[in-house]
Amino acid sequence: MSAQLAAYSTSTGEAFQFWVLGTVAVIGALCTVFMKRAVHSALCLAATMIVLAVFYLANGAYFLGIVQIVVYTGAIMMLFLFVVMLVGVTAADSLKETIKGQRWLALLCGLGFGVLLFAGIAHASLKDFNGIGRANANGNVEGLASLIFTRYVFAFELTGALLITAAVGAMVLTHRQRTERARTQRELSEQRVREGTHVPPLPAPGVYARHNAVDVAGLLPDGTPSELTVSKTLRERGQVRDVSAEALNDLKALEQRAEERLERTEIEPTAFKRPEEASK
Amino acid sequence: MNPVNYLYLAALLFTIGATGVLIRRNAIVVFMCIELMLNACNLALVAFSRMHGNLDGQIIAFFTMVVAAAEVVVGLAIIVSLFRSRHSASVDDASLMKL
Repeated sequence: MSAQLAAYSTSTGEAFQFWVLGTVAVIGALCTVFMKRAVHSALCLAATMIVLAVFYLANGAYFLGIVQIVVYTGAIMMLFLFVVMLVGVTAADSLKETIKGQRWLALLCGLGFGVLLFAGIAHASLKDFNGIGRANANGNVEGLASLIFTRYVFAFELTGALLITAAVGAMVLTHRQRTERARTQRELSEQRVREGTHVPPLPAPGVYARHNAVDVAGLLPDGTPSELTVSKTLRERGQVRDVSAEALNDLKALEQRAEERLERTEIEPTAFKRPEEASK
Repeated sequence: MNPVNYLYLAALLFTIGATGVLIRRNAIVVFMCIELMLNACNLALVAFSRMHGNLDGQIIAFFTMVVAAAEVVVGLAIIVSLFRSRHSASVDDASLMKL
């Protein structure tokens, strides 16, 4: 029995690697599912994919291990991050359930599915363990190439057609045909003058000397934020940060500190004073 | 360690991915969970390839990667065009067959 067990078991080093990196992979997968923001999910998934690449290498699939890193973590995950940035980084999932109890039912379904899979693997008769050594004897890449270009050559050619179709499909899906001519700067300025609203350029975002981030709306003299100062994209996504109360409090605290520094006994809570009154 | 453990890990990752597809409603995260499931399948195929001592499993894993790359390109293009028309990437909002 022990001899048979030794015949299909791996080295202690690989076992150690499996348990350490396997834990990392599972944690990464769980974080992919349960992280609130899509960017964090993408980074966790990238970590899981790198761990899987190490497992491929450990299993003797040297070509696939490198391809996993280059194609998956290098190209596909970066494409994901690109789209996440395009769609909006801070756009978190809404936590409201549209179907009542859907989350718990989904978790239950997942659990049941997992139990079925595990039971299936446990009951399967996986007795033969030959090791990849003989198949990799002439080199992993050479072995793969000889299979791809003989037995699987038709499937390989089909993947070429698939890739071309996918590239064309992506271009067709994301390309937008402009139906009317884009208006020139001159026409836009003439339209603004004709309508009489916002003839000068729009005000800049940010509260001077405190926040100059583009998502912070500038404040009007009465302390209310002006939506006009923030770019239209951020306004549509609902990513405008309102610091009006914070900024006014800061201003008040600053004035109070200044008055204390100047050793004025009377501390006025009002924010605005006339210049001649202040200079006295 | 028995190499069947790789299969158990693949099954666990696949289950996590499937649960994520059911739970999450952000289309991009759902898509990432699908990628996770594909990767879990690849791990199982590579482990099978090692158990049986031939390279066919690795070939199939390689084809899976190619198909996954094509799928990602088209899927992300669909998500971007969906976001353009609806200003949201939630799968709840995409309840109609037309954009």
